[in-house]
Amino acid sequence: MFEAIAFYLFAFLTIVMFYIVVTTSQALYALTALAAGMIFISAFFFILGADFLGVVQIIVYTGAVMALYAFGMMFFDTTRGVKEKQGNKYIISGLSTLAAVLIVMIVAAPIVSKNIVAYYPVVEGVGNVQQVGMVLFTKYLVPFELAAVMLLVAMIAGIVLAGKKMDLSITLMSREEIEAMKDESNKKVLS
Amino acid sequence: MMEIGLNHYLVLSTILFCIGLVGVMKRKNLLMLFFSTEILLNAVNISFAAISHYYGDFTGQMFAFFVIAIAASEVAVGLGLLIVWFKRFGNVDLDSMSSMRG
Amino acid sequence: MEKYLYIALFAPLVSSLFSALFTATPKKLFTGIIGSTLIGLSLFSSLVLMIHIAGGGEPIHLELMTWMATGDLYIPFGFIVDQVSVTMMVVVTTVSTVVHVYAIGYMDHDKGFNRFFSYLSAFVFSMMILVMSDNYAGLFIGWEGVGLCSWLLIGFWIHKESATWAANEAFIMNRIADLGMLVGIFLIYWNTGTLQYHEAFEAFKTLDHSTLTMIGIFLFIGAMGKSAQFPLHTWLADAMEGPTPVSALIHAATMVTAGVYLVIRSNELYSLIPNVGLFIASLGTFVALFAASMALVNRDMKRVIAYSTLSQLGYMFAAAGLGAYWVALFHLMAHAFFKALLFLGAGNVMHAMHDELDPFKMGGLKKVMKWTWIMMTIASLALAGIFPFAGFFSKDTILEAAFAQHHMVIYGVLLFTAGLTAFYSFRLVALIFHGEDRFKLFGIHPHEAYRYMLIAMSPLFILAIIAGVFQNGFFHMVEEILSATEYHIHSHVTVWIMLLGTQIFVGLAIIYAYKKYARGGITVPDGTSEVEQGFFYKLLINQYYIPYAYDKFFIQSYRKLSKAFWEELDVKVVDATVDGIAGIVYGTGKATRGMQSGNLSVMLRWMVVGVVVLLSLAVVYALAVRYSGNLPGVGV
Repeated sequence: MFEAIAFYLFAFLTIVMFYIVVTTSQALYALTALAAGMIFISAFFFILGADFLGVVQIIVYTGAVMALYAFGMMFFDTTRGVKEKQGNKYIISGLSTLAAVLIVMIVAAPIVSKNIVAYYPVVEGVGNVQQVGMVLFTKYLVPFELAAVMLLVAMIAGIVLAGKKMDLSITLMSREEIEAMKDESNKKVLS
Repeated sequence: MMEIGLNHYLVLSTILFCIGLVGVMKRKNLLMLFFSTEILLNAVNISFAAISHYYGDFTGQMFAFFVIAIAASEVAVGLGLLIVWFKRFGNVDLDSMSSMRG
Repeated sequence: MEKYLYIALFAPLVSSLFSALFTATPKKLFTGIIGSTLIGLSLFSSLVLMIHIAGGGEPIHLELMTWMATGDLYIPFGFIVDQVSVTMMVVVTTVSTVVHVYAIGYMDHDKGFNRFFSYLSAFVFSMMILVMSDNYAGLFIGWEGVGLCSWLLIGFWIHKESATWAANEAFIMNRIADLGMLVGIFLIYWNTGTLQYHEAFEAFKTLDHSTLTMIGIFLFIGAMGKSAQFPLHTWLADAMEGPTPVSALIHAATMVTAGVYLVIRSNELYSLIPNVGLFIASLGTFVALFAASMALVNRDMKRVIAYSTLSQLGYMFAAAGLGAYWVALFHLMAHAFFKALLFLGAGNVMHAMHDELDPFKMGGLKKVMKWTWIMMTIASLALAGIFPFAGFFSKDTILEAAFAQHHMVIYGVLLFTAGLTAFYSFRLVALIFHGEDRFKLFGIHPHEAYRYMLIAMSPLFILAIIAGVFQNGFFHMVEEILSATEYHIHSHVTVWIMLLGTQIFVGLAIIYAYKKYARGGITVPDGTSEVEQGFFYKLLINQYYIPYAYDKFFIQSYRKLSKAFWEELDVKVVDATVDGIAGIVYGTGKATRGMQSGNLSVMLRWMVVGVVVLLSLAVVYALAVRYSGNLPGVGV
């Protein structure tokens, strides 16, 4: 019973939060609502017994990703709302309703096959985190390593894209050169 | 009603996915578009976890895990690009970003 | 010996292709010279072959290559040089060579000089294929080829509306007749399984009479079109719109005789169906009289000669229909010579009189154009059948043949027509060359033609005089393959009475013509004189109103039908469909161009549309799987 209450509560909250993200004109509200929605989704993970996943969701998504978005938000004047030209309402709502109906039809239909074989079955008696470790570092090792490389690449890409004066390396310049550079930039500012 | 089955989670995931779709179609600001993309990814994560729970298969959780990793890196790169564009053009309105017309 | 066959056949083709290289350039004299030389080469080869055949040599039968070998049908490109074809070859190449040389002078100032020689040589090539082929299919190829070249040549002056109209008329009438000929050829193939002359003639002996009659009639329909027999005769007079060398070559000596050649070649068929032969002879006789009557009053010099050709073709068909094939062939040969000579002389006159065609506007030209006068007079004498010129031997033999077979009506009509022929020929000569110089009224200063043109005409001149000598030799040459009946009329007295009577009758006609037209005081008729108001005059000068009838009944209604088909069917249905398909494609492209607008929002929307489409497909497919029970490729 608790499960049902929890499910419906969090479901309602998540839907409301994401709805706010999609419809509000204030960027700050959208950001905040998104963060809240992420937290509530992690609640679902906990209900479903995927503890590790839930924790990862909070740390990575709500923590790192939302922080990144917050940095991105610095570019906007958050006091006024984002002005957007309104697209055709009916197409949008029509399409999404249609998609919703279809998907619900697909997923709510009785599952056809009765003999789905679990590839990596849950092992009894072991906690979720240990289980994750068991599967991740044996069966999914290669994807894991590749994901690590990909994160590295993304990090470097992010730094390069957003960095300023990346061609100069201050650690390798001598003190005189750094002074010269500072004077030059000062002269530019003063003139 | 009381008994929460797989279908409930799947329907929830569908609803969230469609909200994400609405956001993707509606939003004209690039940053808002990224937000809607995050919603899409999260909805899918829920369904992965739910199926994994109800079928006793760990594949679902693993998939959700990798989805999170990918989403993180995607956000990094996407925001970097957004910053570059903003520095160059001064706004991130989608309607002005149509130089790649076919 | 085979190489002579190849040379005779392909030299005109080489000439035509060579001249064709220069059609877009201004006049180049060497096209004419090389053309004439090559045709002369063809003439030389034909003469060699003729000497070979006449000296008792074997007919040369060649197969160049296979044209069609499908199923039971086997048609080769085969050629045969036997007595009949070698006669035709010599006639064709002689007249062609003369005409080629003449045309160098005649087309002197024409812009399409090179084109003319290309077409002319192409015509000779087609005619050679026609006479040298050894099967009906090759004959038909040549048939169509000469029809095409005739169209090209009649309409040579493309800016002249009347010329192009005449060319179309000639081609279309020929085409109508070709349908009959094709049916005949199909019947031959269907009943005998082969189109080779030799084998078909063998097989004819086994067929029943009605089939043979059908074949004979249909082949003759083809001959009717090509040789302008009634009712498909109107094109021949109109074909005079082409340049005079063309008239001389095609419409006097060669193309129009192709029909006669067909009948002569198929003589084994026609001997088996004498009823059809009688019909052919009667039609020929009728045409002879019919054409001669129209020539009596005509005021166009070339038209008179054209009607004369038509009349003589009637004679040839009469002879062929009566079974006297060798006589028809002989008359064909002699006629080719003097008729071509007449046309070329008329060409000289035309050139001198700045393309004036009405003989009433000429007169007294014999003082200025002496040689042309002599040649045309001799040619007319030959045409009239005066001893000892060529026409006497051939025409008189036809009359004898008719008499000997007791076809008195045919004999009488042909005799009367001979008189008419003499009259109108000499009417023309008298009006043009004798009497007072009416041309001075119109300010024309005529002069004789170039010397080399006269020299070119001289072989025909000589042949028109002496060709009768060859009659006996000719007879012995062809008696092998043409049924060689000598026409013996039983009593010698009858023969002499006939001969002398014919000569006197014809001579009287000539004298009458001279008296009427060679005197002074003839004025150019302007439509008001009493003669011109007469009923018969009007009837004859309007060609019995037949062209008018054709125009009113056939051409106008067909034109309306064509217009209806074009406007209703072609434009509204066919074009609309094609344009509609293109329009759909175009419209779809225009509509879907929006998908590539470069606007991310729009493209995202299209993406969702795609997702929805795929989902619906998945649902439909799943339902199908569930409710149909058995679908291939679904491993559920």
